[in-house]
Amino acid sequence: MDRTLLHTTLFLVLFSLIVLYSASGEELSKVLSQVRNLALAFGVMGLVARTNPQILERLAFPLYGLALLALIAVALFGEVSHGARRWLHLGPLHVQPSELMKLALPMALAAFFEWRSRTLNWRDFVVAGLMLLVPVGLVLRQPDLGTALLIASSGFYILYFAGLPWKVMGLLSALALAALPLIWPLLHGYQKNRILVFLDPTQDPLGAGYHTLQAMIAIGSGGVLGKGWLQGTQSHLDFLPEHTTDFIFAVFGEEFGLMGELVFLGAMLVLITRGFYIANEGSTPFSRLMAGALSMTLFTYTFVNMGMVSGILPVVGVPLPFLSYGGTSLVTLFSSVGFLMSVHHHRKLVKQ
Amino acid sequence: MSPPLRDPHQERWNFRFRLGVTWWLVMVLFLALIARLAWLQIVAQRHYHTLAEANRIAIVPLVPQRGLILDRHGVVLAENRYEFDLEITPHLCPDISATLEALTRLVTITPSDRKLFQKMRDESHGLTPVAIRTHLTEEEVARFSVNRYRFPGVDIEARLTRTYPLGLHASHLIGYISRINEEDQDRLEDEDLSDQYRGTNHIGKQGIESHYESLLHGTTGSEQVETDAAGHGLRSLAQTAPVSGDDLYLTIDAKLQQVAEEAFGLQHGALVAIDPETGEVLAFVSQPGFDPNLFVDGIDQEHWNDLNTSPDHPLNDRALRGQYPPGSTVKPFMALAALQLKVRSADYVLYDPGYFSFPGSSHHYRDWREGGHGKVDMTISIIQSCDTYYYSLANEMGIDRMHDFFTLFGFGQKSGIDLDGEVAGLYPSTVWKQKKYHQAWYAGDTVISGIGQGYVLATPLQLAVATAMLANQGKRMTPHLVRAIRHAESGKITLIAPKVSQTLTFRPEDLETVRNAMVGVMKPGGTAAQAGAGALYSMAGKTGTAQVVGVRQGEKYNASALTEHNRDHALFIAYAPADHPRLAVAVLVENGGHGGSTAAPIARQVFDYYLLGKRPPPAAPTAVPHD
Repeated sequence: MDRTLLHTTLFLVLFSLIVLYSASGEELSKVLSQVRNLALAFGVMGLVARTNPQILERLAFPLYGLALLALIAVALFGEVSHGARRWLHLGPLHVQPSELMKLALPMALAAFFEWRSRTLNWRDFVVAGLMLLVPVGLVLRQPDLGTALLIASSGFYILYFAGLPWKVMGLLSALALAALPLIWPLLHGYQKNRILVFLDPTQDPLGAGYHTLQAMIAIGSGGVLGKGWLQGTQSHLDFLPEHTTDFIFAVFGEEFGLMGELVFLGAMLVLITRGFYIANEGSTPFSRLMAGALSMTLFTYTFVNMGMVSGILPVVGVPLPFLSYGGTSLVTLFSSVGFLMSVHHHRKLVKQ
Repeated sequence: MSPPLRDPHQERWNFRFRLGVTWWLVMVLFLALIARLAWLQIVAQRHYHTLAEANRIAIVPLVPQRGLILDRHGVVLAENRYEFDLEITPHLCPDISATLEALTRLVTITPSDRKLFQKMRDESHGLTPVAIRTHLTEEEVARFSVNRYRFPGVDIEARLTRTYPLGLHASHLIGYISRINEEDQDRLEDEDLSDQYRGTNHIGKQGIESHYESLLHGTTGSEQVETDAAGHGLRSLAQTAPVSGDDLYLTIDAKLQQVAEEAFGLQHGALVAIDPETGEVLAFVSQPGFDPNLFVDGIDQEHWNDLNTSPDHPLNDRALRGQYPPGSTVKPFMALAALQLKVRSADYVLYDPGYFSFPGSSHHYRDWREGGHGKVDMTISIIQSCDTYYYSLANEMGIDRMHDFFTLFGFGQKSGIDLDGEVAGLYPSTVWKQKKYHQAWYAGDTVISGIGQGYVLATPLQLAVATAMLANQGKRMTPHLVRAIRHAESGKITLIAPKVSQTLTFRPEDLETVRNAMVGVMKPGGTAAQAGAGALYSMAGKTGTAQVVGVRQGEKYNASALTEHNRDHALFIAYAPADHPRLAVAVLVENGGHGGSTAAPIARQVFDYYLLGKRPPPAAPTAVPHD
């Protein structure tokens, strides 16, 4: 077990429970339910931490195949809810295959690059690109722009760390920029709306811009020191939407102020830096690539969520690591941390 | 192209380099995030703090209780009573038509209730309660309350409503409150009062309710309530209590008012009774009346049409706004003017052939008595109401001197009573006619003005004020309806001091001449002898008849040949006791014919009640059909 990771994680967990108690409107049952989620997540973390990355590497392709099939199944017979086809009903189980893909894609890509590491050439990057684009395209069709971008980014980090040439990245970004006007008409109305409102949240303060505006009011009114725990008016008086999940950072910012946010960001930076350090000492390409990509995913979630809540990014459904309430994202998060621990634990065993 | 073998060390170095670059990128992006947060929480903190406060605090108006209106003895004329309405919140009610069906078995719901409900429901969004019945009886409230569990979405709503317990009585004088309309809203905004009326739905529209609106309304308080995003109040943060409106004690004696109104029977008209020494108005009658309670919650079309298009004009305040030719009731004032201005002495005797004519003219200004009154002095001219005497007196005095004298008695100008919408009446002059019609004044105009006809118009209120001035030896008090104001907060009572409008000095013997003549009117031989018969106090009065349609030369006035609406108005002015007057009264009975026979008996009942406490005998069964 890596102590830095463990202690920082434990600190953030305690922190999150305190914030959740306030954000839930002092509802102890919600905190207890999150404690149950945490117990499960810790179990998974421990399990992953003790598993050799090589075993996970072997699981990568089957997992990817399974996730891909599930995504195709969703496209064919998925359950429509809120105008989107995201869920698959398997008897009593309700599965969201795009969640599975968030881990399966980077694992499969990392395994692919490990397999090709000796003779890596540009064709491998084309194949990897296709492995990335197919699931991302399926999720985009659901439609779920936020998740598609997150899956794409986690896959991209693998490509990037695997050595995707800078020139290609430059070319891709140029192409993406040029394609923006072409993509715009393909976007759904609510997606366009989110982007427009993001550019000027005040144009629709009671509609689509409401969430962002109320979140900005919450954070801004918190000031440097915050209003104090349980003293945030914006969340306690129900002005904030999703105040235990995607917008919990606004509650946190209102009550704990800039100082509290710096503490949280500091802890996240410790985790990410530690992740990078572990990635550097990883024994196999698979573990190195995975450790780097998972650390970056952790950063991406943190940055996108905080950027959205503070009004510098459009509203996308991304939970804030550790703070947001919810079982699935916790399990994904803790298995990532567990994976980093495992990479750290198995660094020397293979070296010799 | 064969793929080259990769150098593992080169690969590791590349990976490490990319990690490093990425770590710095993470740092830069985190710093950007921190910069954004710092901007929100340091630079813009004040702005967002204000927004957050505005978000959570709602100012809720606390509506003051409207002041009561009471008569001089404390009889309640206007009060606030709890009313119970039955309301349905459509979105909470699963099946409205079935609910209505079931409700009909518990409370009376008329088709017009349903119609109104349907209309208001169409206008609302279904989230707010809509009244299906207003003014539930206590029994209905009890019956529904027991069965309430069967009616989801149906509730009883209690609210304070203005009620006028006397109903039809004193309706014009009390007035009414009604819903604030756009016009009222504009006026309130102009007067910078719209804050005061936040939460208030009603405003005084007529009578005392309107004139004393600012006192009756009170001061609106406010409560700062913390709210959630849906606007639901969670807790009170601060409160400024409202101050109830002041209670008004009127000068009116409700019982006297009722006696006076009942004395009219089914006749239309007006009566004003004033205490000559103070100007306090003890009765202020306009018949027929209306029920002010109908207006409080918005009058329905049917009732409104009834009131508005009725040929009886029940909404018209005849005492305040009705302008009538005063007829012969001007004669005592003419006589006093003659004495005061030394135009004629009291013992000057005129021979009345039954008409007055200008020298060299064949036009006859006829006296009401065919053949005339013979030898007439001033006293007889008043007792018998001789027209010829006043035709010639007016001719001698001239219209401008008459105008100036009558103006001193309040004719042709507002009395200044504390009611809105008073009209001024009219006393003509040469200047006035020139201005109004661009015509010269004719001597004939003067002659008929001498008997209160022609252009002369007066309101019953003006006649009462002038009579009171006569009774009060030339001191004209401003008539007023509010005697005392009880301040809601302190409980302190402020009495309204009598105000003098005009003081004239007369020679006592002149006043006595006129008074004695007016006392004679009530005695055998006088025009109101019948009404004066058997009075236990001395009464000074004067009858009058106001022509509605002109009678042409050579024709005779024939009441029975005219439709009722064209018949003459009957007038009567009086004060009593004659030697020490306590009450001055003016009565007008529309189309009542002779003042002596219809108007004077009404005044007599008022005096009897006021001076002797004598109630008139129960009214004889009237022609009103009974079920």
